[in-house]
Amino acid sequence: MSFISLLWVLLLGSLLGLELIGKVPPTLHTPLMSGANAISGITMLAALTLIVKAEGNVPLLIIGSVSLGFALFNVVGGFFVTDRMLAMFSRKPSNKK
Amino acid sequence: MNLPVIIKFVIDLLAVLLLALGIKGLSKVKSARDANRLAAFAMSLSVVGLLSYYLGTSGIAIQSWIWIIIGSIIGSLFGAILAKKVPMTSMPETVALFNGCGGMSSLLVALGVAIFPISSGQENFDFFKSLINEVSISVSIFVGAITFTGSIVAMAKLQGWLSTPGWTQSKVRHFVNIVFAVASLIAFLDLINGNASSIWLLVIVSSLLGIGVTLPIGGADMPVVISLLNSYSGIAAAAAGFVVDSQLLIVAGAMVGAAGLILTQVMCKGMNRSLVSVLFGGSLSAQSTASSGSGEYTNITSCSVEECALTLEAANKVIIVPGYGLAVAQAQHTLREVTKKLEQNGIEVVYAIHPVAGRMPGHMNVLLAEADVPYEQLKEMDVVNPDFPATDVVLVLGANDVVNPQAKNDSSSPLYGMPVLDVQEARTVFVIKRGMSAGYSGIKNDLFDLPNTSMVFGDAKKVLNDLIGELKDLGVGEK
Repeated sequence: MSFISLLWVLLLGSLLGLELIGKVPPTLHTPLMSGANAISGITMLAALTLIVKAEGNVPLLIIGSVSLGFALFNVVGGFFVTDRMLAMFSRKPSNKK
Repeated sequence: MNLPVIIKFVIDLLAVLLLALGIKGLSKVKSARDANRLAAFAMSLSVVGLLSYYLGTSGIAIQSWIWIIIGSIIGSLFGAILAKKVPMTSMPETVALFNGCGGMSSLLVALGVAIFPISSGQENFDFFKSLINEVSISVSIFVGAITFTGSIVAMAKLQGWLSTPGWTQSKVRHFVNIVFAVASLIAFLDLINGNASSIWLLVIVSSLLGIGVTLPIGGADMPVVISLLNSYSGIAAAAAGFVVDSQLLIVAGAMVGAAGLILTQVMCKGMNRSLVSVLFGGSLSAQSTASSGSGEYTNITSCSVEECALTLEAANKVIIVPGYGLAVAQAQHTLREVTKKLEQNGIEVVYAIHPVAGRMPGHMNVLLAEADVPYEQLKEMDVVNPDFPATDVVLVLGANDVVNPQAKNDSSSPLYGMPVLDVQEARTVFVIKRGMSAGYSGIKNDLFDLPNTSMVFGDAKKVLNDLIGELKDLGVGEK
């Protein structure tokens, strides 16, 4: 990929992000923040790339592995905790007694 | 183009689409939960796409697999355990911690590539390409480090492990932070100039900058800072995408970065604060005590829990205004018991939720939902404000600035212009509060002086418990 096309990707991604969140009810601010936060753990892909391309370089493997751990902590924790929050909203008054 | 490339391209495209749909869906109550799962699925899909691409092209060494598995298991396990165990009241600091780790991950990737350049296949030296590489590594480290240390400081402050040191409220902090920022810039330029060891200087000073910027910010502004740091972690991910040449990373990072900025803006609006004043103004109380410190309370009416119970029993319509204090006292379950009793007596109960109630926008809704409050009873400010004149009793629990009439009446007040709940329009207002201390803003609350306001002093949880007892004695809610 040329640098210029990566810049286009960056630009279009940012515009998409700006468009996606227009009106959010305040109720959902915390879950939305937490969900978006989980997505930012996408750096796990970069960590994976690092490990695959390390070619037996042990320090690099370790750095990649620690980085992957941090990213997955972010991703898995983030999605679970968001789900926990949202589960409370979706409980209908009819099915509890 | 060979097959693995095409497969990866299709999977990446699908993942981006699903992530975008996920973020979109998260902004609507009905679709939010499914959207969150959709995003999680898209993330797993992207991992499958990447691994299958490497399997189909260069292959993945056994050694790499081992380190992948170790890292994934440890990270996922800790993340899942923390997410399951953490109480709902500590949600903001949990988000901050997760966020900081995302930043740390980007930082480590960039650092790894910087120290051990990965073979890109082409050996011919390209000045332009290596410049871009160094810039993206530097940005990834800079933003990643700020995200990490900033989030950790935010978490520590929310947990109460760290208080705001006095010197950070003086002008000195601007000087200190400028020094850190300039030092980061020097390290960055030195790095581009070919001095590889200055990368460590960059790591250190940008970490210090993250601490220096977050430390002076006061409790009420913390959610805004977390939201902003969340946006940063997206930017750090996008920068890491440039480092490893991944479009998916760039798109996803940019989306989170942009969405985070919008969310930050929305939060600022709800608090009537500008982003600039949140970041550079220090805590609000430091500047405003001088301007409105003169206000002494002249007409405080205090009353007992018993009187409060008697008034509640006679009411037809009650509005509850929950705030930060309720969250701190973790009294939402006790509150729910009180309102259950009132409802059983045929009293209409509604919760008025200010956009920034709790410790984060939407946090109060989560806390009340946890205590089994029906979603229909939670009313947003604009919906509930016209109802106050027809309301018999308003119960203010641990909220302060969001019910201060000064924001509407007094143009000299620092709060002026902030959207507030018009509780003073109700027939009777009870404010449950520990003492006469001011809210975050440090500003006198005119509401407390009004003739229809009575103060019930005490810890929110204890007062509510006493209230349950009194209501029981009155036979409320027992049929």
